[in-house]
Amino acid sequence: MLVNDISVDRIDGDDQSSINAESVTPKHVLDRENRDTVGTVTVADPRITCRNVDVYYGDKHAIHDVSVDLGRNEVLAMIGPSGCGKSTFLRCLNRMNDTIDICRVTGQIELDGQDIYDKSIDVVPLRSQVGMVFQKPNPFPKSIYENVAWGPRVHGLARSKADLNEIVETSLLKAGLWNEVKDRLDKPGTSLSGGQQQRLCIARTIAVSPEVILMDEPCSALDPIATAKIEDLIDELRQQYSIAIVTHSMQQAARVSQRTAYFHMGDLIEVGETAAIFTNPKHPLTEDYITGRFG
Amino acid sequence: MLTWPFLSGDSMQPTTLLLVLIVMAFIAYQLGMRRSLAVVGGKATQLHSLPSYHGSFVALVAFIPAFLVFAVWQGFEETVVTHIVISDLPAEIVAQEQGSISLVVSNIKNIVSGAVSASDLSPVLQQASDQYLALLAKSKAWLTAVVLMLSLAGLFAAWRAVNKDARTRNWVEKVILVFLIASSSIAVLTTLGIILSVLFESVRFFGQVPFADFMFGTTWSPQTALRSDQVGSSGSFGAIPLFVGTLLISFIAMVVAVPIGLMSAIYLSEYATPRVRSIVKPLLEILAGIPTVVYGFFAALTVAPLIRGVGANIGLDVASESALAAGLVMGIMIIPFISSLSDDVINAVPQAMRDGAYALGATQSETLRKVVLPAALPGVIAGILLGVSRAIGETMIVVMAAGLAANLTLNPLDAVTTVTVQIVTLLTGDQEFDSAKTLAAFALGLMLFVSTLILNIIALYVVRKYREEISV
Repeated sequence: MLVNDISVDRIDGDDQSSINAESVTPKHVLDRENRDTVGTVTVADPRITCRNVDVYYGDKHAIHDVSVDLGRNEVLAMIGPSGCGKSTFLRCLNRMNDTIDICRVTGQIELDGQDIYDKSIDVVPLRSQVGMVFQKPNPFPKSIYENVAWGPRVHGLARSKADLNEIVETSLLKAGLWNEVKDRLDKPGTSLSGGQQQRLCIARTIAVSPEVILMDEPCSALDPIATAKIEDLIDELRQQYSIAIVTHSMQQAARVSQRTAYFHMGDLIEVGETAAIFTNPKHPLTEDYITGRFG
Repeated sequence: MLTWPFLSGDSMQPTTLLLVLIVMAFIAYQLGMRRSLAVVGGKATQLHSLPSYHGSFVALVAFIPAFLVFAVWQGFEETVVTHIVISDLPAEIVAQEQGSISLVVSNIKNIVSGAVSASDLSPVLQQASDQYLALLAKSKAWLTAVVLMLSLAGLFAAWRAVNKDARTRNWVEKVILVFLIASSSIAVLTTLGIILSVLFESVRFFGQVPFADFMFGTTWSPQTALRSDQVGSSGSFGAIPLFVGTLLISFIAMVVAVPIGLMSAIYLSEYATPRVRSIVKPLLEILAGIPTVVYGFFAALTVAPLIRGVGANIGLDVASESALAAGLVMGIMIIPFISSLSDDVINAVPQAMRDGAYALGATQSETLRKVVLPAALPGVIAGILLGVSRAIGETMIVVMAAGLAANLTLNPLDAVTTVTVQIVTLLTGDQEFDSAKTLAAFALGLMLFVSTLILNIIALYVVRKYREEISV
């Protein structure tokens, strides 16, 4: 049914009105302009609940009224075209946007029932509960051991040297890096390959025992083999943590996630079981994106 | 001389000649460009090189050889002419003035310039000065002729060589490369020249004073007597007090400059709003623009009396010229070097590094202390080392505020002196240039040069290593 739309080569916000009405059925025009979230945003056992979240960069309204839950032991994939706000939204979940002066967040984001934007909340424990892995591997210019031990040291998690050694070893084991680096823990973290560096960053995040891990395009700087290793790792980590992952690769979203959220121009368009989103999208914009019509 | 140089004689003044050469180069450029277009009938695309390259080629061939001859001729003209005049002097004059030929020459030149009337001196000298003038005029005429001929010949030959396939682009670019290499070697050659000149004088000094006495002697008293019966005839050249004084003042300066500079850099790069930063940073850098002599009298007239007054109040005996005053003010002077460089390297630490730390739940100051500063440390150290070499080489503040007394002391409240100050005092005024006293200045200069050079090399090495680490 979308064959009719082939003449519409670009669909983004302001161009909506210029769509040739004759080539689009009336139902589709209505649906494309409708930016209310389609699908079920809630889950039975939520870790994070977001309600009516708006984000502004100065005057720019970057995220419009987004509500979504992140469940226990699930991987939520956030997909969408560049600039659709998925990374901005992810950074709201551990208040990383606080470091940007002009950024303002309204609405409600709760972690285990506690509003994380409440005045009484300190970002330091929050960020140790909600860890983050970035697009480009960013190990500190220190040894592999020191990279992993850094977080526990800052938070005083280890009572003794032996404790710290154990945290480092378990974290590296969980990140699937231990066997590759156990003989060279004193080498600089930057001496590792890109994929190893990214797993080191994951180990660093795990070391402070978070409950939720946010991943912002963790594989976009990696080759396919390193990507496969990280994806396997994400699947294992799910047993223990809740994971929200932003990705540009729809195949990756399909492989690693249980639920998928599709963002478009700052709106959350559709949320649902990953399998359902990719086989039977309800919103035409979602369908356009996953069938490669734009993005 | 107010007459237009062209009209003043057969030959041109050197500046006029140079102007003519430049004008000819412009004409040559036009001619070369036109000819290149003419040979292909205006279709520039058929040429191997663009018309402008053909023009540059003709201009360069017309200019460079002629200019080189001009420069060499100008450089040696006077020496050669003087030599001829001297060799033509009557033998008895030369014999009579044995050993002071230069005196005769300067007499001749005085007559030539009109500073001394010839009637005051012997007719022989008058004759010599006439010969000198004649030779100079002849030389100028020849120079004009040779240079113009050379330029015209070059212009013509190059103009003839312009054709469709002439590879003038390659040629011109090679010439440009030679120019670039020559420019960059000037700095290197100058450094080499300075080292050699200081080195030779130092070797002469060490011929008179043993190296060990200089390096390890603890008394500095360079006053050598002109006659052996004078008091203080035995100069003493132990450089230890000077180096201790230099290190003491530099140390005080760095104690002031490093914490203040570093902390202001941290504030400006991590905490200040862009607005504050845009006001404070230029203000800080103004400190670097204040002439050191101004710092000098600030130290001598304001800070030193202040320290003395405070010292007197708490029962300390402070010299009116103290290492502390000089060091404090020098430290203020060095603050902008350290803060500016540190600010740059702190800003160069990637944001991703900070994000990584924030995402682990680190506070801003933890991030700063445990991630940003360690990452920026090599660059900060390089900045500090540059500041140290600045402090060691600083003269004006110390001359005015720390005094001249070569005390071997570590007490910052005493007057001390530094290597640079002693160099100044040794070389100012009328001095004979073969006594140990003046030569000592060169030995000190050499030591100073070597130590700051080593510091700079270390700083460069550290900075380079830092860049490699950050780019990983």
